Amino acid sequence: MTMTTMQNDFYHPGEQGKFGDFGGKFVPEILMPALEELQIAYEEARQDPVFTETFQAYLREYVGRANPLTLADRLSELLGGAKIYLKREDLNHTGAHKINNVIGQLLLAQKMGKKRIIAETGAGQHGVATATVAAKFGMPCFVYMGETDIERQRLNVLRMELLGATVVPVSSGSRTLKDAINEAIRDWVTNVEDTFYCIGSVVGPHPYPMIVRDFQSVIGQETRQQCLEKEGRLPDAVVACVGGGSNAMGMFAPFVADESVELHGVEAGGRGNAPGDHSATLSYGAPGILHGMKTYLLQTNDGQVSDVHSVSAGLDYPGVGPEHAFLKDRGRVFYDAVTDDEAMEGMKLLSRTEGIIPALETAHAVIYTANLAKKMRPDQSVVICLSGRGDKDMITVAEILEKENGKR
Amino acid sequence: MTPLRTFLEEKRRRQEKILSVYLTAGFPDAEATLPLLEAIVEGGADMIELGIPFSDPQADGPTIQAASQKALAAGMTTSGALKILAEFRRKHDIPILMMGYANPFYQMGWEQLLNEAAAAGNAGFIIPDMPPEESATLDKAMAAQGMSLINLVSPNTPENRIEMINERTSGFIYAVSVTGITGARSSLPEQTAHFLKNLRQKTDHPFLVGFGVSNVETARALSQLSDGVIIGSAVINRIATAENLESACLSVREFLQEIKAAI
Repeated sequence: MTMTTMQNDFYHPGEQGKFGDFGGKFVPEILMPALEELQIAYEEARQDPVFTETFQAYLREYVGRANPLTLADRLSELLGGAKIYLKREDLNHTGAHKINNVIGQLLLAQKMGKKRIIAETGAGQHGVATATVAAKFGMPCFVYMGETDIERQRLNVLRMELLGATVVPVSSGSRTLKDAINEAIRDWVTNVEDTFYCIGSVVGPHPYPMIVRDFQSVIGQETRQQCLEKEGRLPDAVVACVGGGSNAMGMFAPFVADESVELHGVEAGGRGNAPGDHSATLSYGAPGILHGMKTYLLQTNDGQVSDVHSVSAGLDYPGVGPEHAFLKDRGRVFYDAVTDDEAMEGMKLLSRTEGIIPALETAHAVIYTANLAKKMRPDQSVVICLSGRGDKDMITVAEILEKENGKR
Repeated sequence: MTPLRTFLEEKRRRQEKILSVYLTAGFPDAEATLPLLEAIVEGGADMIELGIPFSDPQADGPTIQAASQKALAAGMTTSGALKILAEFRRKHDIPILMMGYANPFYQMGWEQLLNEAAAAGNAGFIIPDMPPEESATLDKAMAAQGMSLINLVSPNTPENRIEMINERTSGFIYAVSVTGITGARSSLPEQTAHFLKNLRQKTDHPFLVGFGVSNVETARALSQLSDGVIIGSAVINRIATAENLESACLSVREFLQEIKAAI
């Protein structure tokens, strides 16, 4: 067997982490040495065949990779356009793509000799993934979670606690994901010597957006290979939902250089385009600085970060990864938003045609793809990144369906 | 030399320690800020840091987080704070700096911000989420208008970064007493003294110590190892717990007089 490393041809944002004008390291001085330490550790790790083999072994033996690229034949037939494929991240251990990144980061934490893991979570998926891998690696784990999200995602709180993690309620600000990140950063500032901050998306200061992208790029790499095997050529389009944007970035990165492949990112349009009713950062936001990065933000004219909304707690974030901001401005990826109601339709559509209940986040990409595929030819193909399964959303869905039934 | 630096050099020459006081603009509301600034001056402050409230203050503890939220809810903006700053400077000569997170400044646009701040009589900027790597053109632009960008140094800052910050300093260095967030602490760890003694050997620039300075004892001890101290949360706490503006002013003035006498 040849020894491979994690070196890749993806865009390298340089020492200062700049994706064009976006990215960077906008953090308090206290964190600058920690970011440099992480940068050095990561550069070593990615050139180290042993690190890469360990990462891949966990993905194989613990996460259950490679997961399949499933042909959605009934959905494709119903829509009468392009062939639709599903990249099955929902089949990973813990039910979503999040764990790919967590395995990578906690291996880095071990390598760096860090003793304590902290993470933020919105819906709880990244929190559960972090608690899971921390349990497997025997590391103490603290997950910051907004009080609003704790109420909405009780089941994931229980999962994290069962896995031995401490869930720390966050009562500041809007008591959701952005505030959980603020509080995790405050913890990190205070305990920087022995603590590793495991960020859940392609956001935050450099090198996090690059590291998370690289660990998640296994999604796009497998997809590319599987598509070549099944279709004999690359897909014509690839679609993924975008909150912070980690599943999308992991899917897109290996395709960015393939000009023939259209890339589509789907944001949460919520209840409509009024401020506070959505979390479609790239569609309606403007450049700003938050959580250590320059990127698109939903904000007021005075630069205060806006409250956001989405039916899916995982997309409920007022920022977005800086590489997405860069790809938007370069015109390489098309970004658009679909509403809460449309996402619900997407969830029903996939459930009833393919017997797969997607996460509400993923459902945004499903309904967007349904509209896209109709306009494509049957000899073309499109891949949806099926980022997670929908079990966690059943309570939210039940509430929505009850309301719908009440109206009738 | 920026006017702020000239002022600091003069203090040094006279062997006087500096008391710098932080106040969140618009806390608890816009009308309170000028009277509170008056009380701070009467309390003996040599310098003032006017905090621009932000929705997501990552380097701040609960006290300043709550003050920021309250100020925002009462309608404070960057423009509003600039008006207060200009008004203050019409009556007082003492240096006043703007302290805030990058995004509200960035949204106003750096050029407009610097023009308006210079016109208002602002002496400099403290932007905790803007490390030197991100501010290379900004600090030159500020210096061109007679203002200093203040960089922070913390106990874990390595030698090579202290050197870089040294080269970039035109006003003073903000020495963070502990690795942590802002907030009153009843005592500071042993390492703080070690850190400040080491910093004294590494820089000829004036440096002031902030984070956790909350009482006469810490202020006295830290001022002996530096050019002065910065007090924020301990003042905000007094305002937050006061019954009304008048008693807040009284409490702040008396507290600062005690500190001033001790340093």
